[in-house]
Amino acid sequence: MSKKEKKQFITKDIFYSSIKGAFTKLSPKYMIKNPVMFVVEVGFILCTILVFFPHLFHDEGSNLSLYNAIVAIILFVTLLFANFAESVAEGRGKAQADTLKKTKKDTKARLILDDGSEKEVSSSELKKGDIVLVKTGELIPSDGEIIDGIASVDESAITGESAPVTKEAGGDFASVTGGTTVVSDWIKIEISTDPGHSFLDKMISMVEGASRKKTPNEIALNTLLVSLTIIFLIVIVTLYPLATYLNVKIPISTLVALTVCLIPTTIGALLSAIGIAGMDRVTRFNVIALSGKAVEACGDVDTMILDKTGTITFGNRLASDFINVDGVDETDLVKYACIASLKDTTPEGKSTVELAKKMGVTLNIDDYKNATFIEFTASSKMSGIDLEDGTKIRKGSGEAIINYVKNLNGLIPSDLNEKVENISKLGGTPLVVCANDKILGVIYLKDTVKPGLTERFDRLRKIGIKTIMCTGDNPLTAATIAAEAGVDGYIAECKPEDKIEAIKKEQSLGKIVAMTGDGTNDAPALAQANVGIAMNSGTTAAKEAANMVDLDSDPTKILEVVEIGKQLLITRGSLTTFSIANDIAKYFAIIPAIFTIAIPQMNVLNIMGLSSPSSAILSALIFNAIIIPFLIPLAMKGVKYKPMSASKLLGRNMMIYGLGGVICPFIGIKLIDILISPLLVFLGL
Amino acid sequence: MVQIVCTLLLFMVIIFPIGNYVYHVSVGKRTFADPVFDKMDNFVFRILKIDTSTMTWKKYAMSLLMVNLCLVFIGYLILRIQSIGFLNPNGISGMEESLSFNTIISFMTNTNLQHYAGESGLSYLSQMLVIIMMMFTSAATGFSACIAMIRGLLGKKMGNFYVDFIRIINRFLLPLSMIIGLFLVWQGVPQNLNSNIELTTIEGKIQEIASGPIAALESIKHLGTNGGGFLGANSATPLENPTIITNIIELFSMMILPVSCIFVFGRMAYDKHEESKANNRVYTLSTKNCNRANKVWIGKEGRTIFVAMSILFVIGLGVCFWSESLGNHAVAQAGITETFGNMEGKEVRFGVAQSALFTTATTSFTTGSVNNMHDTLTPLGGLVPLMHMMLNVVFGGAGVGLMNMLIYAIIAVFICGLMIGRTPEYLGKKIEGKEMKLAALCIIIHPLLILGFSALAVSIPEGVNGITNPSFHGLSQVLYEFASSAANNGSGFEGLLDNSLFWNMSCGIVMFLARYLPIIIQLGIAGSLMNKIDINESTGTLKTNTLTFAIILVIVVYIFAALTFLPAIALGPVAEMLTL
Repeated sequence: MSKKEKKQFITKDIFYSSIKGAFTKLSPKYMIKNPVMFVVEVGFILCTILVFFPHLFHDEGSNLSLYNAIVAIILFVTLLFANFAESVAEGRGKAQADTLKKTKKDTKARLILDDGSEKEVSSSELKKGDIVLVKTGELIPSDGEIIDGIASVDESAITGESAPVTKEAGGDFASVTGGTTVVSDWIKIEISTDPGHSFLDKMISMVEGASRKKTPNEIALNTLLVSLTIIFLIVIVTLYPLATYLNVKIPISTLVALTVCLIPTTIGALLSAIGIAGMDRVTRFNVIALSGKAVEACGDVDTMILDKTGTITFGNRLASDFINVDGVDETDLVKYACIASLKDTTPEGKSTVELAKKMGVTLNIDDYKNATFIEFTASSKMSGIDLEDGTKIRKGSGEAIINYVKNLNGLIPSDLNEKVENISKLGGTPLVVCANDKILGVIYLKDTVKPGLTERFDRLRKIGIKTIMCTGDNPLTAATIAAEAGVDGYIAECKPEDKIEAIKKEQSLGKIVAMTGDGTNDAPALAQANVGIAMNSGTTAAKEAANMVDLDSDPTKILEVVEIGKQLLITRGSLTTFSIANDIAKYFAIIPAIFTIAIPQMNVLNIMGLSSPSSAILSALIFNAIIIPFLIPLAMKGVKYKPMSASKLLGRNMMIYGLGGVICPFIGIKLIDILISPLLVFLGL
Repeated sequence: MVQIVCTLLLFMVIIFPIGNYVYHVSVGKRTFADPVFDKMDNFVFRILKIDTSTMTWKKYAMSLLMVNLCLVFIGYLILRIQSIGFLNPNGISGMEESLSFNTIISFMTNTNLQHYAGESGLSYLSQMLVIIMMMFTSAATGFSACIAMIRGLLGKKMGNFYVDFIRIINRFLLPLSMIIGLFLVWQGVPQNLNSNIELTTIEGKIQEIASGPIAALESIKHLGTNGGGFLGANSATPLENPTIITNIIELFSMMILPVSCIFVFGRMAYDKHEESKANNRVYTLSTKNCNRANKVWIGKEGRTIFVAMSILFVIGLGVCFWSESLGNHAVAQAGITETFGNMEGKEVRFGVAQSALFTTATTSFTTGSVNNMHDTLTPLGGLVPLMHMMLNVVFGGAGVGLMNMLIYAIIAVFICGLMIGRTPEYLGKKIEGKEMKLAALCIIIHPLLILGFSALAVSIPEGVNGITNPSFHGLSQVLYEFASSAANNGSGFEGLLDNSLFWNMSCGIVMFLARYLPIIIQLGIAGSLMNKIDINESTGTLKTNTLTFAIILVIVVYIFAALTFLPAIALGPVAEMLTL
């Protein structure tokens, strides 16, 4: 699951297991689930029978058995290719599931009984509500909430992130996942799932594709493909009597070949592989989709509700400017602010030193070795440093510093209040700096927007997705950040209920809403949203309410997930178009071939100049079969997707897959004809 | 060529005000004629005690079926007892059962396939009470269904079948057919209740010249895209279609209603778009008041459909005209010069241009009246009318053509939607599994009926006996007969001996199923889409009001509909052309 893992397209293991899968899936019981390919299988059986009884339907012709055998073999290979495609997709998913399964070993758990005594039980026997104790070095037996204790937990088995995370009772860091390891201290956990239903179990079955249900769009597309198949079956079944009336004899195997060529086998063979591969792409992205429907819905997202802190901004307030009060030199302010922050390890302190450096003030930390750092406390609301020469530098909230200076009988500069207020109005946090009883100025702390986000929001706007930022900040601050990040809207002073309200309002306008969240109070909103992505670091409640879980807990990933969803649909659409467009060339290969013997003038329609009728039919059939493996990589990786407006995208894809689908088989069939016609002459066909 | 272009341009001029009027009638907006028509409508509603409240799609479909069923029974009865002396100056006897069955289904379904010749098969009573009456009601039925489907697709209430049905007859079909009728009488079409005129020709032979209420039938025959002639030779006879002026009037009248449906659709889609824009404005609390002064003619969504249909129409017309102008090379080989193209079976007063135009229009708009004999068209020229009936979406009959096209639009939208990475939506409604199932069913019916029954006909002696030209042309005849029935077109390739039990019954069944199954399914789709929430429109949404989409729609129609019939066509017209 590690990101560093080489994303090889197909490994040896997958290849071998897929070949095996291609054969085992030939069982009609399994094939009937895919009606298009089932028709091919029936055709194959019919042709196989005709190999042994070539005159069963009073067909005439020389070498009929051999011809039927070739048709049967090509059909068989077509079936294998189709099954192979599906197996490869499943195989790639299984490989990931196996990694997960390794963590799901049967472990011993220390069950705390009602009387407080411990009892050793197997982790698979744990039920919801049981309380277990986990100590250093032990595996957490199942999903649960910490009720007592604090510990660092290594979650690398699930997230691939090697740094341990601190988990403690209460708050948003109380949930733990089965299969992760406690690396220090101990915790008491109340188990929150019954055996077989843990998060890990769900992940494994999702990734494995075992619980894969057809998504709504897949069902709709399948309906279209089935109806096309029925239409072409009608065409073929009625063609026989119509031709018979005109004394044109068509061998049954040729009719089967025509059927198989016309029904949308290409997309029929690849449809389920595309679906599995789409889910797989999301998984590889370290996001677990708990339903295929959610991935599909991603493609339709109109509005994204994003939390400000953590998603749009870093969440830390960083120094962005120094504002000196009248009568103080700016360099003095920068210098003292920098000195006061030298030993301050908070993001505010670090960023102050960095900003000072940028402004040309560099100080040697060794010079201040002996200075005493005064830490920030909730009561003092300031931090600072006491230098060896007795200078006391302090930085802190306006109120705290003013009181501090007043106590020292210092003067309060007349313009201080105005400057502090200005910063507050802009949504920043003012940090007043003083040296002894003299107020020097203010450090402007600002929440910083993550780099590259503005461009990404632009990209989203291009594909018609609106972004709304939610923040607990006051409207002024919210407006400043919103303008800086380039989001389309914002909700200031946002409470969890406001989020649900916003989602409902958007949905009532017919919009599909996506959001990310981690806290328990986000859970209702996550459930209300069409696409809810919970952070793995979040609470169990959030994860249960969401339909996707991001293992890396990176809220900006929602943007990529949307693109993956779109890509899945585009791949489906493109291959469907390609498959249907292929029919034109196949008609031009087969129709003249069928009728030329009875109506020699029909050869005018043989625009590809195929060498003989049987060569034409077989070439079309072979093309129909080998196009499937050729398209497997495309089905797995998905059609390339660049954000652009809908009409442009449509034009582009129509050109590539529509027009390409018309032209490609003309070339392909002709090439195959050139290759096989000498062979067919040799065989006497 | 110039003739064709001028005729079509003239049509474009007159259709705009008429389309606008039909839109006003359909949505119940004010028109100049309301003072008169309101009284008329209300009178009918009062007399019949009609509840004018809106219906569910099921009730709408049910009312439609029941009204049609009642009319069928009345019509059948009249046909069987028409021999009574009332309004029967020519002493026509009662119609035989299977022919009556075929005829009544034919006229009720807007097909107007005629296995009889009007002058010898029907009394004036039947012509007026059965044929003319059904020409009004079948057109109104199709139109009402179409308006209901549009309403459903746009998420509006379905409306009331009786109201739609009566409004379109009272406010459009009746007044306009009166005006057209008078025009025809002016040009010499008979309108009386006299018996046929018997006279001795110069050669000394006795000839009977038909008479009767021809003009009355002629106007609604085209206006309602019906097509069944008063006389056997239909609009090719001078009695039904005496001059080039009547020819153009008849041509225009059959094009008016189907094109008006597109206007109604486009305008209603535009109205909805404006409404939702207004709603959104409320949400964004913008008080800007947009008072658009520019006039909307057809609406962008309607324009797309219109363009797509026009492309299909012009391609067909081009092929037909080109093939007919080229003439028949077998005739040329026989030493006969064909300066005016293939004139076999054509009227000299119309020539190749007006004949090709009429042929393409009558099969595209599924009217089915003919001003030349389609049996004698060149193979490719004959392929065009056959093809357009197989497509059944090139404008199509009153209402139903647009309904069929909307089904293809749904399929096109489905594929296009996926291509841009969204689950498909049309006119703001999501297309999901249920709609796809119904749409798929809808497109299966047409080829199943045409190909299935054609295969049956050539496999059993009862069918084969009707074929007068064996071989490829014979197959074309069979395909044409069933395509004409399934498209509810009614034009005949002729040459088929179709007044037999087998042909009467099989065509009757095909016409019946091809008419009502799709209407029910299409209303079902509308009913299912009606209650869905409107999807938000953004730059990421598929635009269905562009030229690109129109072209894609054309391609989808060709691939889904034309490819289906390709093998059959290859054996029929194409093989005939190649072996000629």
